[in-house]
Amino acid sequence: MEIFGIPTQALFGQLLIGLINGSFYALLSLGLAVIFGLLNIINFTHGAQYMMGAFVAYLLLNKLGLGYWWALLFAPIAVGATGMVIERLMLSKLYKLDHLYGLLLTFGIALIMEGLFRNEYGSSGLPYPAPSQLTGGQNLGFMFLPNYRAWVIVASLIVCLGTWYAIERTRLGAYLRAATENPQLVQAFGINVPRMITLTYGFGVALAAFAGVMAAPIYQVSPQMGANLIIVVFAVVVIGGMGSILGSVVTGFGLGLIEGLTKVFYPEASNTVIFVIMAIVLLIKPAGLFGTQK
Amino acid sequence: MASDTYAAAAKGVSRHQAIAFALMLAFFVIAPVAGLYPVFLMKVMCFALFACAFNLLIGFGGLLSFGHAMFLGTAGYASAHAAKVWGFPPELAILFATACAALLGLVTGLLAIRRQGIYFAMITLALAQMVYFFYLQAPFTGGEDGIQAVQRGKLFGLVELGTAAGMYPLVLAVFIGGFLLIWRIVHSPFGQVLKAIRENEARATSLGYDTDRYKLVAYVLSATLSGLAGGTKALVFQLASLTDVYWTMSGEVVLMTLVGGLGTLFGPVVGAAIIISMQNYLAQIGAWVTVVQGAIFVVCVMAFRRGVVGEIAHWMKKPL
Repeated sequence: MEIFGIPTQALFGQLLIGLINGSFYALLSLGLAVIFGLLNIINFTHGAQYMMGAFVAYLLLNKLGLGYWWALLFAPIAVGATGMVIERLMLSKLYKLDHLYGLLLTFGIALIMEGLFRNEYGSSGLPYPAPSQLTGGQNLGFMFLPNYRAWVIVASLIVCLGTWYAIERTRLGAYLRAATENPQLVQAFGINVPRMITLTYGFGVALAAFAGVMAAPIYQVSPQMGANLIIVVFAVVVIGGMGSILGSVVTGFGLGLIEGLTKVFYPEASNTVIFVIMAIVLLIKPAGLFGTQK
Repeated sequence: MASDTYAAAAKGVSRHQAIAFALMLAFFVIAPVAGLYPVFLMKVMCFALFACAFNLLIGFGGLLSFGHAMFLGTAGYASAHAAKVWGFPPELAILFATACAALLGLVTGLLAIRRQGIYFAMITLALAQMVYFFYLQAPFTGGEDGIQAVQRGKLFGLVELGTAAGMYPLVLAVFIGGFLLIWRIVHSPFGQVLKAIRENEARATSLGYDTDRYKLVAYVLSATLSGLAGGTKALVFQLASLTDVYWTMSGEVVLMTLVGGLGTLFGPVVGAAIIISMQNYLAQIGAWVTVVQGAIFVVCVMAFRRGVVGEIAHWMKKPL
């Protein structure tokens, strides 16, 4: 069977890879958006923290014998905790300055972390097995769907929608949105805004680490795994605009799909298609698809 | 009032800056004679010009570009390709490279200035990554190998550039010329408007300035001068490679400018000298260089935001 002269097997295969990539774009841009909303900084360390999530999973397995499910729980907590330390010790000192300093600081921290892991583990990727419950796959008739990949898509959708629900529909989320609008006023109502900022940063970082653990069995665990990805995610964020949570999720998955389609129809452009879309969106709607120009 | 400021700005050159410039010029004239390795000095001058061009944008226009490597790298490829494949003489190769960078600056600038602040940084980074992927796949760049063994040729058909003695004066002239041009731009009425936009864009708009156009011109100028540095650098090393287009290079030029002092005239030169020397001496420790650079970033942002030259200027209470 063929569609537009492309075998359906290849087409759906690439679409699946697109959805997988889209899951990671969505999770990472969601974390960036949550952090940006309250802290007004772009977390350049996000890629490094994603990488650290994968490494925590790798180390838990090889040093302590704790498998994937434990890693999915512990890695976000551990990496999120280091994030909170960074926020308390360094980022919190910069809020009164130009926001660009926050960008430069997190860039520096990313260089340190990636350099340290490269010194310790080299540049080549380390293998990480998928959990035994999720090996194998389903034959859907038109294509073969590995269980683990289906799990990644479902899990990231659940986490994204859960985050959306927590921020848009709960009391804590209401505080968060209020603090984004006017931190002084919210503080005057007796809410500890600095602690909320620390926890928000920790949560955003934990999302990155969660994505890292999920990525470990698909891509290999390597110190550079986050560096190039984060630049694509920046483009995703520019395209979607950081105004809306659902917007970043939709943009993430959508761009993953478009990237997958490009791999089928014009493979040479698959690395650059997202950047090209970014350029077009900037021309037509500079604030981003779901953003509002301030 | 405005005309007074312009008059003062046009006069511009303070005694301290003139002395600092004389010292810098004297250093680069005497250093190779005094025994410093000429290729090292030429590398410092190329990166100093690159950092000065970058600083024109962030230091005086308030726009943080995280994609300046695309201009350095594009010019490098253009100059190497023109000199090696088309047999251009060096002066034309460098001119062609500068023009290519200017054109790229115009195209990317039109896109990037549509957003401010953090978005501007992300957009320039993404555009630069797109340019990197383009060069990674384009046939004329030689992929991972780059363009190697580029002939330096004869300047104006007269001066043989093959030796360091021939090449050094050219690089010095390019660097000093570029530096003086930036000095002139910063102190021109245009430079003053640019500073006004950095301080308060809404106010500048209300005074009737088309801020987008000023920002675009500053961006293109910065790209052009970065191209001048990149085109020259490719001839110095007789090599154009992917390293110069990769995002780490964009980060390095930010670091140089930050260490030397954002928004100071001489800061980027000092910063480039410090970072290049550090890379030279730390070359044997491999990946630790990245860690050290990251640590310098953190220290500069947390405790040393004025940079070396900025601190000196602050202490002397005079702009440098």
